Amino acid sequence: MMDALNLISRTQGYYVRAIDNGPIEEWPEFFTDDAFYKVTTADNYNRGLPAGIIWANNKAMLKDRVSALKEANIYEPHAYRHMLGQPAILEEDGAGATSETSFVVLRVTGNGPTEVFASGRYLDEYIFTDGKALLKVRTVVCDSSRTDTLLVLPL
Amino acid sequence: MSEGSGPATAMVDRTWPQSLTEVPYWVFQDEEVYKAEQENIFHGPFWSYLCLEAELAEPGDFCATFIGGQPVLVTRDHDGEIYAFENRCAHRGALIAMEHYGHAKDFTCVYHAWTYNLQGDLTGVAFEEGINGKGGMGKDFCKAAHSPRRLRLANVHGLIFGSLNNDVPPIEEYLGQEILERIERVLGGRKPVVLGRFTQTLPNNWKLYMENVKDSYHASILHLFFTTFGLNKLNQKGGIIVSENGGHHVSWSAINREAEAASHYKDQKIRSDSEYQLEDPSLVDSFSEVGDDITLQILSVYPGFVLQQIQNSIAVRQVLPTGVDTTNLNWTYLGFEDDSEEQQLIRMKQSNLVGPAGYVSMEDGAIGGFVQRGIAGASNEFATVQMGGDQAISSESRVTEASIRGFWKVYREAMGFSIEEEA
Ligand code: FES
Ligand SMILES: [Fe+2]
Repeated sequence: MMDALNLISRTQGYYVRAIDNGPIEEWPEFFTDDAFYKVTTADNYNRGLPAGIIWANNKAMLKDRVSALKEANIYEPHAYRHMLGQPAILEEDGAGATSETSFVVLRVTGNGPTEVFASGRYLDEYIFTDGKALLKVRTVVCDSSRTDTLLVLPL
Repeated sequence: MSEGSGPATAMVDRTWPQSLTEVPYWVFQDEEVYKAEQENIFHGPFWSYLCLEAELAEPGDFCATFIGGQPVLVTRDHDGEIYAFENRCAHRGALIAMEHYGHAKDFTCVYHAWTYNLQGDLTGVAFEEGINGKGGMGKDFCKAAHSPRRLRLANVHGLIFGSLNNDVPPIEEYLGQEILERIERVLGGRKPVVLGRFTQTLPNNWKLYMENVKDSYHASILHLFFTTFGLNKLNQKGGIIVSENGGHHVSWSAINREAEAASHYKDQKIRSDSEYQLEDPSLVDSFSEVGDDITLQILSVYPGFVLQQIQNSIAVRQVLPTGVDTTNLNWTYLGFEDDSEEQQLIRMKQSNLVGPAGYVSMEDGAIGGFVQRGIAGASNEFATVQMGGDQAISSESRVTEASIRGFWKVYREAMGFSIEEEA
């Protein structure tokens, strides 16, 4: 059995790969069925405000995000590049761990330049199952209160 | 500033078409227009949304916001009243407060420590008497004469509006009965609770966003979420209300109970013949927001305010220009104090419909940019706003651009453009 740092690093590596390179359909598979996922800002987080830019309390809602962005929503093609810091393991036991990981996401829209789209941290709760770390809770806390233009792909 | 009526910086050298169906593209591009708007619109005789009364619950609570580009500070003092004044130090102009929402006993400017009470009165000047009889302010310096300018304020069912202009009409007159009633419908007698605040930066002129808000024509065309997943309710009825002067609007739709009862769709609220389905359709499980059948009500107040009910997603939006082609869109998501736990959960789920990543709103964050880019090089050309005729009046059909024409009707007058002679 790998240690928590290894398990989490592996999951996070594949997680960002699914978003940045695709296929995006793999993204929900890093979560448990009853997972909670929210994208918010540091200001909202610090004030304890519950809403999110994206808010999901199960994996089905994450799959719906993916089908909406593939089939329904209209936007200019764009791509992300996630740069993650090393996860800080805050608590761990054999069954799971909580961790915090900083990120920077660069975005390229259409034939535009590479732009810094978001920076922040993942506040995570992982469950270890079948030798893999699955996200039970991921709160994406963006440092800035502003979102440029729109958020389509998840963070 | 303006004396009596008429724009402060009338742009008589610009000609605007006679018909409300033509909008010249230079109005989204021109630096001088942008500057004149600050005077004529944002410092003009109009009411701008500042914040919610609920956000200033306690004495000492404050909100640092803007009217157009003008920073303003809104406070609640110990007398329980709300005050607002320009957020600019009377000394040499630094911001008096920087935090968006905060709490303070009083305000001390960080630069040279001039102090202001919660009503915005200048109460202290550091070293006013100098040191050891040397330096200091002159004997004739009067603090009272140097307090930041106060705003006119109005409270409409918990929405705080402010104006920098003394000629602004009373808010009831400004909004008119129909708009007031529709605000009351959502907020009247209720205690809102802030669920979240998000700012979306838009790559376009602020007026392109306001056009989009007032554009009931695009909704089912640009936003395909409900259609794709077969979530359009059948037999909806609805319409748009354009206020008498044209500046404000309401677009609404409601479940048509009679038609629903008469059809076999009764137990089957939604169409299920669509190719795609939601894995978690509870996203659209809603409750009647205020006991009626209205499921959508988008309401705008000139120049830059929106109150939105999309099912049970309630939000206010503040539209703040930050440049000719940049705009801040501030979303405040609301619930209410007496929401049950189940209702809270529904609001959380439905928050996915709106905001920067909203299933039925994300497109609006980008579309203004597409227009801004599209009209580059077309300053002398015009947008065509003819859907539903050439008037700016209420209609039963939402396939109309009437409220967009209403926006321009108020705008062109406020800006003092010369109106083209009829041919
Ligand atoms: S600028 Fe505020 S005290 Fe000098
Ligand atoms: Fe829209």
